[in-house]
Amino acid sequence: MQVSKEKLEELTKAARKVRRSIIEMTAEAGSGHPGGSLSCADILVALYFHEMKVDPQNPDWPDRDRFVLSKGHAAPALYAVLAERGYFPKEELKTLRKINSILQGHPDMKKTPGVDMTTGSLGQGLSAANGMALAGKLDGKSYRVYVLLGDGELEEGQVWEAAMAAAHYKLDNLTAFVDHNGLQIDGPIAQVMSPEIIQEKFRAFGWHVIDVDGHDFEDILRAIEEAKSIKEKPTVIVAKTVKGKGVPFMENQVDWHGKAPSKEQAEEALKALER
Amino acid sequence: MPKIATRDAYGEALAELGEEIKEIVVLDADLSKSTKTNVFAKKFPERFFNMGIAEQNLMGTAAGLATCGKIPFASTFAIFATGRAFEQVRNSICYPNLNVKIAATHAGITVGEDGATHQSIEDIALMRVLPNMTVISPADATETKMAVRAAAQIKGPVYLRLGRHPVETIFGEGYEFKPGKGVILREGRDVAIIATGVMVAEALKAAEILEKEGINAMVVNIHTIKPIDEEVILKAAECGAIVTAEEHSIIGGLGSAVAEVLSEKKPVPIKRIGIRDVFGMSGKPEELMKAYGLAAEDIAEAARTLIISKP
Repeated sequence: MQVSKEKLEELTKAARKVRRSIIEMTAEAGSGHPGGSLSCADILVALYFHEMKVDPQNPDWPDRDRFVLSKGHAAPALYAVLAERGYFPKEELKTLRKINSILQGHPDMKKTPGVDMTTGSLGQGLSAANGMALAGKLDGKSYRVYVLLGDGELEEGQVWEAAMAAAHYKLDNLTAFVDHNGLQIDGPIAQVMSPEIIQEKFRAFGWHVIDVDGHDFEDILRAIEEAKSIKEKPTVIVAKTVKGKGVPFMENQVDWHGKAPSKEQAEEALKALER
Repeated sequence: MPKIATRDAYGEALAELGEEIKEIVVLDADLSKSTKTNVFAKKFPERFFNMGIAEQNLMGTAAGLATCGKIPFASTFAIFATGRAFEQVRNSICYPNLNVKIAATHAGITVGEDGATHQSIEDIALMRVLPNMTVISPADATETKMAVRAAAQIKGPVYLRLGRHPVETIFGEGYEFKPGKGVILREGRDVAIIATGVMVAEALKAAEILEKEGINAMVVNIHTIKPIDEEVILKAAECGAIVTAEEHSIIGGLGSAVAEVLSEKKPVPIKRIGIRDVFGMSGKPEELMKAYGLAAEDIAEAARTLIISKP
């Protein structure tokens, strides 16, 4: 698959806007998870700005592709993408985590247009995505289901219950991403509780596995195309990413997992994101 | 009337309902022969999903199916449905108010010989505390069939508490079941016995024992523990003394729910019959009912003591 130069530029531009929004909204909220939001931003942009069949004017369209943000703490990335796609006014982003906001600290499908599943408690998203994929098969619908997991999240046992079930039910209409940024709250995943070797584990569970650079749109889009061509088994795209990607002082720094930037830090970050 | 386990009535009702409501799908966790979802599975194999021994994924998958317009019935033993998968039920089902029915069998100590690990005596408490959840605990096969039908019609999560052991059929075909509406089975004025599930039959027997002693006991069936029928509880409170009866811990279940209503609206002396903050053990269901003080005579004794202390 050849991705046009124009397309790549459009995605790069959208990703920059999304990253700026992530910084602005977490700074305004005074809390939230910028590190893991920045690491998965390009994957979400690739899905919502290129791949997924969705209608922001009709978010509950029954035939739409679905997306489940299993690593729900990356909500700022999802909200920024949804706002950029026109699901709700960008103005709303300023209300993140504030009282009575449609933008809860973790995704709430009943409050935010475009959010397909309520998540935040780690390990639960893949099961819900399986349910959506099973429903699609049962109804003979052609929609596809995408789900994004964190690499630290793979430490949750339920993920592997769901991984077993997705392969058992041959859910080839389901594609999972692992945002493999290598860091979790208490430190590097290798030190806290290694989920490695991630690819081998999924392969052993009966999945088709693709490795990508999670910040390279050509790579991501090619992998999504490959996933669509795989029959009788689910696909996982293990995306090597950088936590805090795009903001030099946040990159690969575990401290930026769940801490909002100050005003000054936000300004510095936004400057870095101008380029 | 023949003795029928509520799980058997569930299996039958579900298979029947599957005919009418095409959105119904059923999930089980390797216990379909015990929960009786195998009746549905045989009739509608394409709408039945065995999730294996993985209850967390069972609940999460049911949630995902519900987001796509399905009406999933997720079944396993009560201890695993509400204990093992509690947080999935909370965060993936109740918080987003998804249309999932959790029909759990093997509730209470009448599970019998399997012992404490499999005897769920906390499930009502765990499910009752969750916003958006409706909690129904049917007393017999007739009521179970009606409850299954009602659950499918309620929009939102429902917990159905079912048993393994055959119980007497109390209600005939003319019985009226309305979710959230308690039923006065017997009028009385000296004391009111408010019961749920298998304890309804015991409560009726207790009322007969008391009648022979000249004590006139009202019997109320609370099949829906949440939302609870305050009106019928306040009516029962007019007797001036209340005994609650449940095959569940006295902490957090029917007794607690009734006490919450009474203490805020109309305080009257109350005694709670139930498992007294201990775990169960192996034994025959009838033996266990006696050992844990859940027999008709225990209810009658509680009523007698209360009446003496009545102001």
